[in-house]
Amino acid sequence: MTGFRLADGGRIDRRTKRNFTFDGKARWGYAGDSLASALLAQGQMLFGRSFKYHRPRGILGAGVEEPNALVTVDRGPGRVTPNLRAPSVAIHDGLKAVSQNRFPTLKTDLIAVNNVLSAFFPAGFYNKTFMWPRAAWEKVYEPIIRRLAGLGDSPTTRDPDHYDATYAHCETLVVGAGPAGIAAALEAAATGGRVILIDEQEEIGGGALSDPAQWAWLAEASAKLAAMDNVTVLSRTTAIGHYHQNFVVAAERLTDHLAVNEAEGPREKLWRIRAGEVVLAMGAIERPLVFEGNDVPGVMLASAAKTFALRYGVAVGRKVVVMAVHDSGWRDALALHKAGVNIAAIVDLRRDVASDLIEGARDARIACYQGYAVTSISGGQAVKGVTIALAGFGKGQQLDCDAVLMAGGWTPTVHLWSHAKGTLRWDEAWGAFVPDKTHENLRCVGACAGAWSFGKGLPGGLLPAPKPLHESKAFVDFQNDVKARDIGLAVQEGFRSIEHIKRYTTNGMATDQGKTSNLNGLQIASGVLHRPVTEIGLTTFRPPYTPQSFGAILGHHKEALFQPLRKTVIDDWAASHGAVYENVAQWRRARFFPQGSEDMDAAVARECRTVRSAVGVFDASTLGKIEVVGSDAAEFLNRMYTNPWKSLEPGRCRYGLLLGEHGFIIDDGVSARLAPDRFHLTTTTGGAARVLNMMEDYLQTEWSDLDVWLTSTTEQWAVIAVQGPKARRVIEPLMEGIDLSPEAFPHMAVREGRICGVETRLFRVSFTGELGFEVNVPAEHGRMVWEAIWAEGQKHGAVAYGTETMHVLRAEKGFIIVGQDTDGTITPDDAGLGWAVGKKKPDFVGKRSLARPDIVAPGRKQLVGLLTDDPQAVLEEGAQIVADPNQPVPMTMLGHVTSSYHSATLGRSIAMALVAGGRDRMGETLHIPMPAGTISAKVVAPMFYDPEGSRLNG
Amino acid sequence: MLLIHCPYCEEARPEVEFAYGGEAHIARPVDPSTYSDEQWEEFLYIRSNPRGRHHERWRHSHGCGRFFNAVRDTVTDVFETTYKAGEARK
Ligand SMILES: [Zn+2]
Repeated sequence: MTGFRLADGGRIDRRTKRNFTFDGKARWGYAGDSLASALLAQGQMLFGRSFKYHRPRGILGAGVEEPNALVTVDRGPGRVTPNLRAPSVAIHDGLKAVSQNRFPTLKTDLIAVNNVLSAFFPAGFYNKTFMWPRAAWEKVYEPIIRRLAGLGDSPTTRDPDHYDATYAHCETLVVGAGPAGIAAALEAAATGGRVILIDEQEEIGGGALSDPAQWAWLAEASAKLAAMDNVTVLSRTTAIGHYHQNFVVAAERLTDHLAVNEAEGPREKLWRIRAGEVVLAMGAIERPLVFEGNDVPGVMLASAAKTFALRYGVAVGRKVVVMAVHDSGWRDALALHKAGVNIAAIVDLRRDVASDLIEGARDARIACYQGYAVTSISGGQAVKGVTIALAGFGKGQQLDCDAVLMAGGWTPTVHLWSHAKGTLRWDEAWGAFVPDKTHENLRCVGACAGAWSFGKGLPGGLLPAPKPLHESKAFVDFQNDVKARDIGLAVQEGFRSIEHIKRYTTNGMATDQGKTSNLNGLQIASGVLHRPVTEIGLTTFRPPYTPQSFGAILGHHKEALFQPLRKTVIDDWAASHGAVYENVAQWRRARFFPQGSEDMDAAVARECRTVRSAVGVFDASTLGKIEVVGSDAAEFLNRMYTNPWKSLEPGRCRYGLLLGEHGFIIDDGVSARLAPDRFHLTTTTGGAARVLNMMEDYLQTEWSDLDVWLTSTTEQWAVIAVQGPKARRVIEPLMEGIDLSPEAFPHMAVREGRICGVETRLFRVSFTGELGFEVNVPAEHGRMVWEAIWAEGQKHGAVAYGTETMHVLRAEKGFIIVGQDTDGTITPDDAGLGWAVGKKKPDFVGKRSLARPDIVAPGRKQLVGLLTDDPQAVLEEGAQIVADPNQPVPMTMLGHVTSSYHSATLGRSIAMALVAGGRDRMGETLHIPMPAGTISAKVVAPMFYDPEGSRLNG
Repeated sequence: MLLIHCPYCEEARPEVEFAYGGEAHIARPVDPSTYSDEQWEEFLYIRSNPRGRHHERWRHSHGCGRFFNAVRDTVTDVFETTYKAGEARK
């Protein structure tokens, strides 16, 4: 409890107090404070418990790099956000923040016993330990580990906020509004082009916010930018990723900094920005040092302490020791001293330090220990002192202090540069990777370019220590609790590439993505391996730069706007007649029409019986439709489909089977020849776009000499199927100009005429096995014609039926549904559709594949019917089929059930299945093992009703 | 998101308007029945999968609907050029 508010200084508004709570206790700060600065000012040093060992942790950084101080912010039901970094959370009145990963309280965490047992949690622990029985993992280890290791809890209630999204275009996009970014924006703006300047912090300024000497300049530059019409400045906006061709995605946080009752409008806004040039001015992040006890609360980055003092007016301790390997630590120490923070000592591993720094320290009466390293920290929940030793090995010397500042050098923030596939080169002076080459119109300026002077240093991460590496508790990755010795262990166990070491140790894999740990981990691995870092490599940076809410990524695409919902022109009628819907390939389709208290089974049974005994009407408008026109239309279809088309007379229909070149069924449908040069094709509901794309592909790229035009007409025609023995009587009174007599209009014929006064293409086709017609009318007349047919149907006891009944009726006849009874590996012969393949045709798409050795080999899965021994047992679709139910596991799977229903017509269940060598198994009993017991079934032909087809005649 | 130049529309349009169509310049044989099983396997399944210059097909699905060819670097995703179907390999 040692941090305190300095008497003056900072950019906070000391006249405006803000009240908030942390872990339920009342706290306060000033307007302009971050959650971290306000809590530090009140002496809070303990902010969280670590991921694996539940070690007490304090603040490490003052920005997005913060790995330890993760909090959950509660803004009301559904507005609970976990894993926010306390230094990046602006306080406001009523803010409710809660610490994470502690049980039961932050101060007395029972699970910290892990810390004692940490010898049993080495790198690769999860991989090694849990090669135990699955049951033990599920019942014992996983629940324990989920309790032990974790970040904040995921929200469980619906997010009531909404999120905006926009596209933007500009000549120059500048990411990062520190001095370098602001200068770049001003320069670009002067040329008159559109400039967007984005910055993740509450206000622009970056590093200048922690340097009062630059505030006057900053105010002037901000005002200048604000006054320019061609400049858009977005603060609280994080560029989360750079994608191809200077496409940058950024998330703007609009309301989280406001009190809940002041928050209006969308919570966040996702910007998709396409820029002519992108300038990255993302700065650099200070590196921690790796030594025993470097994670005790009170040990933090020197740059963070400087920011807390100069930007927020908060001293992080009353007696502060600086541990530096870089000049910037001395500069920060002197700046802190000037701001009123008591710097007790500067310890530097380097013997040679620039004389001006040493003189500055002497003038400030700061004790200097050159050539020394901190070797341990005393204190558990807060720093009480440090031990330092010459070169890390000599006799230890105690220094009293309550905060230790680490100055380990700097890591340029090259994340977005790397997203854009820019290459990096190792810079020895920086001890870091800096940007090298890019193929984008992209450049880095300032610190992230490696072009900013922080002075000299000897960055290496690990400090020399008296203890051997494998005994040390020096942390590299604070958020994932990875120690230097874990990296040593990974190397000892044979890992050489940093990509492998990273995954084995989890270094850099936490929500901070290694912003403070990647380079230290790399240099430690390099040291253990005795190989240069450039040979070990750098892990890949991927978006997002910081964790991002799903809400902003989703934007408006949720609920009704999640994806388009296609409705037929008859959809409203179905709704008003009580339809229960199902979605099929973005179409909303009526599944069944329950009456009274009917459930689905009862409704479907009634619909099925009525179609078979009288007549039913079905909205088939979703069928894919393609108009094929041109002098070569028949030739084209002949090449695409398996069956012959040239011989089809105008006025006739044909079932078409479409294969891929691999020989497997892709789609099917009935098509009609309307004229020598015109066909009306139908496809499956889900296959329409796919089939048109495939046909266009062949037409444009293989057979561009053919005179053929393809047009999607799916939504131009409403299709009303009228099926059942009374079908003809229902439509007859409504027709004009079409002779419906069986002689004039046989099965699989098409006629053009008029119905209810509008043009129609009338198909005599049946997907039910009954006498049937499909009435195609222009979509705008679909509802009117449907209602007319419905009214006429009422005189004959007609029922409206949905997709479920359609499925049962077609299964009774053994008609397949492509994608249900086929799975992309089924040939026409497998599906029992060998009859649909034109044997005399020299070629069609997929023909050559039907002669491949594996396709003609015996034992392929074939479509068969299954009749369960218990006629009331309905098999589960997808259930696996075996020959011997007593065979020990793993059993030999013969295939699976593809379609299964209760058939009201037959008074029993029916099923279709794909079974290895199925057609040779007719009459055989097979077995379907299910959790509730094995079901036996007899193999039969996949044709359960009216095999002679006599009902087609009505 | 890539910007792709459609050689028919003569405009660079966002990737979401396009659909990828696999490796380019793999012509369907005039008479597949003359192909041995090995030749047919090669035609169906064997692709060059280079690191670097890749000739590939795209379709401007939500634009003009035309298939065209492109040369794209598979490492950088940079398009070297796009050209109409039927034009010689570039
Ligand atoms: Zn185009």
